[in-house]
Amino acid sequence: MNSHLQFDFIIDKEKKTLTVRREFLAGRQLVWDCYTQIELLNQWFAPAPLTTKTKSMEFRDGGHWHYAMVEPNGTEYWGYTEYVKINPIDFYTALDAFSNEAGEINSDLPRAEWLVTFTDKEENTLVETVVTYKSLADLETTVQMGMEEGMTSTLEKLDQLLVNLKARK
Amino acid sequence: MRRDIFQAIADPTRRGIITLIAVQAMTPNAIAEHFDMTRQAISKHLRILTECDLVRQEQQGREIYYQLEIDKMKEVDKWMEQFRKIWETRFQQLDQLLSTIKKKK
Repeated sequence: MNSHLQFDFIIDKEKKTLTVRREFLAGRQLVWDCYTQIELLNQWFAPAPLTTKTKSMEFRDGGHWHYAMVEPNGTEYWGYTEYVKINPIDFYTALDAFSNEAGEINSDLPRAEWLVTFTDKEENTLVETVVTYKSLADLETTVQMGMEEGMTSTLEKLDQLLVNLKARK
Repeated sequence: MRRDIFQAIADPTRRGIITLIAVQAMTPNAIAEHFDMTRQAISKHLRILTECDLVRQEQQGREIYYQLEIDKMKEVDKWMEQFRKIWETRFQQLDQLLSTIKKKK
């Protein structure tokens, strides 16, 4: 159904970034709302079968989003995102973190900077998310966690290799 | 095990080795010629790749050849794909939500 919508998923190991671009069939204001209002964000952020539960949210410069992703068996994974700079309905930047239910940030786990940019693409909206990690190790740890900013791939070379291998089979 | 595999392929030299032997099985000496490092260093990388079952050793006459385990590589591919899927699932949920809201209006 949505195969025609743009979806890019790029890992750059040298820049230590994950870039995800996705087009949505809605205007920019509505998409922005879905990213920035609790009731809407709760409905889509955690990938099924996980669900999202917000403990508190203040969407403003210096504000935060304290939430959990909940497994069907009740296991909760808490996250704490600090909003740095917000420029409606163009972009926002944030610093993510793993935390506990009390909102205490787990300093043993990596934090990453998020830049989320919203642009018009004719009648649709293109959302670009760039997640920048402090180190390659952080990026890889996050991959291991598999959860929140879960991500993919190695270098293009390897990707190409895999394509070739598949073609060979 | 998955963690080991990811660490194995996260290293640029090991990715280079994988790319080389994907084309054909090679001896450690032949592999080492492609890199600006000692034969010992290459052997260490080969050992890690072997331990993760990404490569397999094969004795041919007096030489040992290293060969890529294609099935294992496909497993890695599948695993990495799962992370992309997380985002895909999330975005499909947002598609659904957007469509619901638009219908209500």
